[in-house]
Amino acid sequence: MALNTDKNSYTVIFSAVMVVVVGSILAFLASVLRPTIQENERFAKQQNILYAMGVNENGDDTGGVHFIPTDRVEKEFASFIKEQLVIENGKATQDAEAYLIDIKKELAAKKKGESYKLPLFIGEKDSKDFYIIPMYGKGLWDAIWGFIALDDTMTIQGVYFDHKGETAGLGANIKMRYFMDDFTGETILKGTKYEGVAVSKGNNDPLNKIKDDNEVDALSGATITGNGVAAMIKESIDLYKDYLETIRVK
Amino acid sequence: MALLSKKDTNLILDPLTDNNPITIQVLGICSALAITAELEASIVMAISVIFVMATGNVVISLMRDIIPSKIRIIAQLIVVATLVIIVDQVLKAYAYELSKTLGAFIGLIITNCIIMGRFEAFALANGPWRSFLDGIGNALGYGIILIIVGFFRELLGSGTLLGFPVLGDPITKTGLYATGYENNGFMIIPPAALIVVGIIIWVQRSRNPALVEEN
Repeated sequence: MALNTDKNSYTVIFSAVMVVVVGSILAFLASVLRPTIQENERFAKQQNILYAMGVNENGDDTGGVHFIPTDRVEKEFASFIKEQLVIENGKATQDAEAYLIDIKKELAAKKKGESYKLPLFIGEKDSKDFYIIPMYGKGLWDAIWGFIALDDTMTIQGVYFDHKGETAGLGANIKMRYFMDDFTGETILKGTKYEGVAVSKGNNDPLNKIKDDNEVDALSGATITGNGVAAMIKESIDLYKDYLETIRVK
Repeated sequence: MALLSKKDTNLILDPLTDNNPITIQVLGICSALAITAELEASIVMAISVIFVMATGNVVISLMRDIIPSKIRIIAQLIVVATLVIIVDQVLKAYAYELSKTLGAFIGLIITNCIIMGRFEAFALANGPWRSFLDGIGNALGYGIILIIVGFFRELLGSGTLLGFPVLGDPITKTGLYATGYENNGFMIIPPAALIVVGIIIWVQRSRNPALVEEN
């Protein structure tokens, strides 16, 4: 018997069955893969935090971004990050799982006027302290985020940027070495004000030799992503300003 | 006996040249503009589309007798969306680095009109094996154009290929840049893709006048 696929009842049943089948397949897949995906995300976060404070495998390669491999990252993270703090209502407490805090959710809570937690990581390398702050902001198409490592004079020691959907070849280049490396050595202070670092066009300093101008050279064709990066740095520093003021060497 | 009959071979070869989805059918232009600023992104997109296109065509072909014609577009959309989510999740779990590079492209596959176009025009009326070949052929035809466009845009726009500086360093003025050559910033913005695609269409039609439409 040929199937009469034109009947309304058939259409309804077909859609119902299809929704259930597809839904089950995806739900099953998601629950099977979730632990692996979460583990990957956890490692990636550790890699990014370590990358910002200069713990990476870049070596002699001046062009590429090389993280600590995932099989070693947990150990390295434990040895380089000596303290993880959570700042809540202006009070900093230690929390070994602070790096798992989802900064996006915390910022959303802040916006709604609820209480929020801010994670901060203190790393030590070659007996020097690094204060690593997570950042979250928006680029042209979607979210951008990253980490910024400061020393006690508020000079940037390293940054890491990432993005969800910036344009390949343009805004996506914020995660390239040549862009990220420019931030190293820049100060976020202007006098005693927390100024951040602007991503500016035509600053006549493409090689970024001037380190105290609160500016790095922009990416051509990626104005909005660049402005997003600058705004993200400024906003994140504003959030942590009170804490940073307590550690700053005056 | 050959593995592929002449008709089967044509299913793969036709979309590469005389029935190319981008240059002849003018489908999939949106993603061709969006992601071809870099060669690597073009290659990755091409591979992802080959996978989704071939699998999707087979799935739709297998379901062609039970899909009600009234809701066939929705059914096709669900199939392609499901495949894309599966690819995305599996990559996130087992190739996390790669999945981060692909990022937005995976989602963009859904919006590729070539995929829906082939489901509608071919897979609904043909068997799974022929649909599979048709999917591979069309995705390859799409991918080739993407790679050609990506090659020229990255070379002329950034002076690199797959991220390697092939023309020297534009800031310290070495290699070709020492002679006063400059990167063409226009090549990295989307309209440049339209011009490159236009040139490909022009070259293709002047080589094969049969492709030129009568006015």
